[in-house]
This record gives sequence, structure tokens and C-alpha cells, in this order.
Amino acid sequence: MSNTSKKLNNSTVSPSGLGAYFKEVFNAVKSLFVGLRRTGYYFTHHKEIITQQYPDNRETLNLPERFKGEVVMPHNENNEHRCTGCTACELACPNGTIKVITKFDITPDGKKKKAIDKLVYHLELCTMCNLCITACPSDAIVMAQTFEHSVFDRSQLTKILNNPGSKIMEGIE
Amino acid sequence: MWSFSNIADSIHQWLNETFHPSVAVIFEMIIAGICVISLFAVLGLVLVLMERKVSAWIQIRMGPNRVGPKGMFQSVADTMKLLVKEGMTPSGADKFLFNLAPFIALVVAMLLMAPLAFAKNFQMWNVNIGVLYISAISSVSVISILIAGWSSNNKYSLMGAMRSGAQIVSYELSAGLSILSVVVLAGSLNLNTIIQSQADGWWIFKGHIPVIISFIIFIIAVTAETNRAPFDLAEAESELTAGFHTEYSGMKFALFFLAEYVNVFIVCAIGATLFFGGWMPFHIGHWQSFNHVMDFIPSSLWFFGKTFFLIFVIMWFRWTFPRLRIDQLLNLEWKYLLPISLFNILLVTAMAIAGWYF
Repeated sequence: MSNTSKKLNNSTVSPSGLGAYFKEVFNAVKSLFVGLRRTGYYFTHHKEIITQQYPDNRETLNLPERFKGEVVMPHNENNEHRCTGCTACELACPNGTIKVITKFDITPDGKKKKAIDKLVYHLELCTMCNLCITACPSDAIVMAQTFEHSVFDRSQLTKILNNPGSKIMEGIE
Repeated sequence: MWSFSNIADSIHQWLNETFHPSVAVIFEMIIAGICVISLFAVLGLVLVLMERKVSAWIQIRMGPNRVGPKGMFQSVADTMKLLVKEGMTPSGADKFLFNLAPFIALVVAMLLMAPLAFAKNFQMWNVNIGVLYISAISSVSVISILIAGWSSNNKYSLMGAMRSGAQIVSYELSAGLSILSVVVLAGSLNLNTIIQSQADGWWIFKGHIPVIISFIIFIIAVTAETNRAPFDLAEAESELTAGFHTEYSGMKFALFFLAEYVNVFIVCAIGATLFFGGWMPFHIGHWQSFNHVMDFIPSSLWFFGKTFFLIFVIMWFRWTFPRLRIDQLLNLEWKYLLPISLFNILLVTAMAIAGWYF
């Protein structure tokens, strides 16, 4: 017992004696002044304030490139998306945010082809972890930078990502 | 010229001409009381806002900026909120002591106002043992914290109060000894005489190294005495929720809050009086013309300027240093500050006898 307490004491006051003791006190005081200098610098340099005045600068708000707001599915001008309905995103999602409901289209040559009916996205469950985006083999979904998601009813947060009547782009398998 | 002492004199004259002298004294007491209470309110509002702005700028934030121009009325809005909140008393608490504690804290702060000289010839009570009075009364403030902690019937409160007791009792020693070094040099316990003795230079310059050491010890000790970070173990938000005032709400909490800020003002005013000459303008030895130019700045401005500078320094400490552990706190006092201040008082005494000061 006494051995351990001795060891603890030795670790705080280094063994080489009086000189080291005063050096430690000096270094402690010096570090306090380093801290004061840093905060004093911040106090006198108001221009370095990084706070965004959000509701006031809504038009000019600059979000960082990697800011993740919600999952969206981009469509082109012909109302076509890139989703093949492979359910890779659904499998990648750790908390069941995405549900892919598939259907079978009949191609002109009479074959059945798998396609999405609805891609249901539960924003209220999403943690913006980005795993679905990385899992998607055809880059059909991306993270949007919108962040004003508040609504009056929880059910409004459940979104269907593909537009009504949309279909898959040519050449995406 | 406009000054506080002129206003006080003319009011005194008018009251004595209009009423019987004993009635006039009663009126003067009432006026002084109202002035102290309104100074309290103004100080509370200004210091809370100042603290929030200083902390914001130190942490590269904006601080309050919504209520009024540049957020100037933020603390007024906060006070309004506290006024309309319910002042709850927990059912398990000792009701009498629980309600008494905030008033003790406030009364102690009010009593400490009495001997302060706010401007030239403007003082409520010119007492010949001013320094002794201040150090005696300021130690009563620990009673209010102990009562609050005990009567709340809450473990956090009790812990905070006990820590605060250990802390204030310890740091009173080195605060007292550092004050004593100026008393030794000035040769008086009267605050007015101490200020007059600095007419040819403030003690921090005249007393050079030993007085600078005792000033540093003073500012550390009063930071601990007013329970502010890095010595805020009595509150310790992250460990004890709010320490001794965990159970307080509404106006009773506001009184504790107000007493804390007024105490900060008072200790800084005492520091300014003892080390920086109180209302005494910046004088250098016998440079008559320079001293005369400095005299044009009103004495009240000098006093409040110095006091607010010291308040800023204490706020700067608060937002820079991390909180000490209780053993580190007591180590700092008993192993470092107390021996240094005991040695320092010896040095100051030798200096005063040998006349090694300017």
C-alpha cells in the first residue's frame, strides 16, 4: 500500500529534486499566461468570429461542402432517375430509414424487368450517416444541403423520393 | 465643476435648511439606502451583460445580440423573467433558513458598500478601521452559503456548501495578508487615508516588487473568495448541478446571483482602492503639470475605470482557466500562497522600516 502511494507521489514531483520542483512551478505559471494570451487574442480580434447569423443571412448562407441535410433522388428533365431498385441502400442503412418497394415492368421485348415502385425515406429516423449514398452502385441518391425540416406532423417526414410517373434512365443496369 | 461630492453636499445643505437636523439625518439615510439598492440593480444588470459579452468574445462567439441595440437589454429581460418566476421552497427544506440565506448574502454585500470611497469626498461611512471592517464582514458571506447548502436538504447543495466553507476560510488568510502589506506601507486602516497616501503614485508602483506580489496573491484569493472559476467548486455546474443554490429558483436565486456579481464588484473596488489608488488620478511623484492634467478627469471615472478593469481581469481568468480540484485548491493556498504571502509581509515590513519605497 505504502509502495503504491510513494509511486504516485514520485510521478507528480519528478525525482531529481529541488530544481525540477521549481521548474514545474515555473512551467505551470507559464502555461497559465500562455492561456491568458490566447484568450486575450480572441477577445481583441472580433473579426475572427465564426458564428453564422443564421436567420438573418439565410440568402447568403454558405454551408460547407460536406454538410448533409437529407437524402434526395435527382431526376433529369424527362422525369427519369438512376435507381435500379437493387435495395443496396436499404441493406446498408443501419436503422431502417429506407424502404425500397419494387415492381416488375414489362419491357417491349416481353421480358419482366425489376424497377422501383416507391423509394420510401423516413427522414425522422435518418442520422445522415451517408452509408446509403456510398452503397448505391448507380449514384441514384445524393445528400442535399437543405436543413429546415421542421413540420407540424411526424408523418410528413416520411417521404417518397422518386417522383410520380418517373422511370429509370436509359442504359442504367 | 460637476462631482458626486457637490451633489451630496447640496442635498445635505437643502435638507438641513428645510427640516430639523435629526429629521434630515433620517432622510439622508433613506436616500443613501435607495442609492445603494439602485447601484445594486444597475451593477447586476451591467456585470451580467459584461460577463456574457466578455465570455462570448473570448470564445469567438457573438454573445447576446437580440434584445435591444447590440443586445443591451438582455439582462433586463432576464431579470423580468426571474421576477415573474415562482420562488419555490422544497417541502423537505428547513423553510426559515432556506428563505433567510439569500438575504444574508445580499445584506453582506450591502454592508461592504459602506466604507468604499466612490469619488473624492464621496463615501457613505468614513470609518477609521475600514480595511478591518471589510475583511471582517466579507467572511460572513460564507455563512449564507453554508445555510443555503444545509437548509436545502440536498446532497449536491450540502457538498457545494462544505467545499465553499473550506475554500473561503482558507483563502481569507492570504487575502488578508496581501491587504495587510498595503496597510503596513500606508500606516493606516482608514480607506480614505490609504487613498490620500497614494497622491504621489499608486502603491502598485511605489511599492514595486513586494506589492506586485501581494496584488497577484490578492487577485487570486478574491477570485476564490467570490466563488468564481477557476475556484467555483461551490457551484461546479458539471459536478454538483449548481452547488449550494441547486434548489433555489425565481427571485431567491436572483438574489444569490446578484450578490455574487456585487461581491465581484466590491472586491475589485477594494483592490483598486488599495493597489491602484481608488479615485486618485494617475500621479507621478512631483510632476506638477502632469498631475494637474490628470486631475481634470473626474475622480468617479478613475474609480469605476480601475474597478471595471479589475473585473475584466477576473472575468478573463474565469473564461481561460479550468476548474481546480478541491485538493489542488487547498494545496495552492496552504502550500504556495500562504508561505509566499507570509514571507512577503516580512519583506514589506522591512521595506517600510528601511524606506525602500518611492
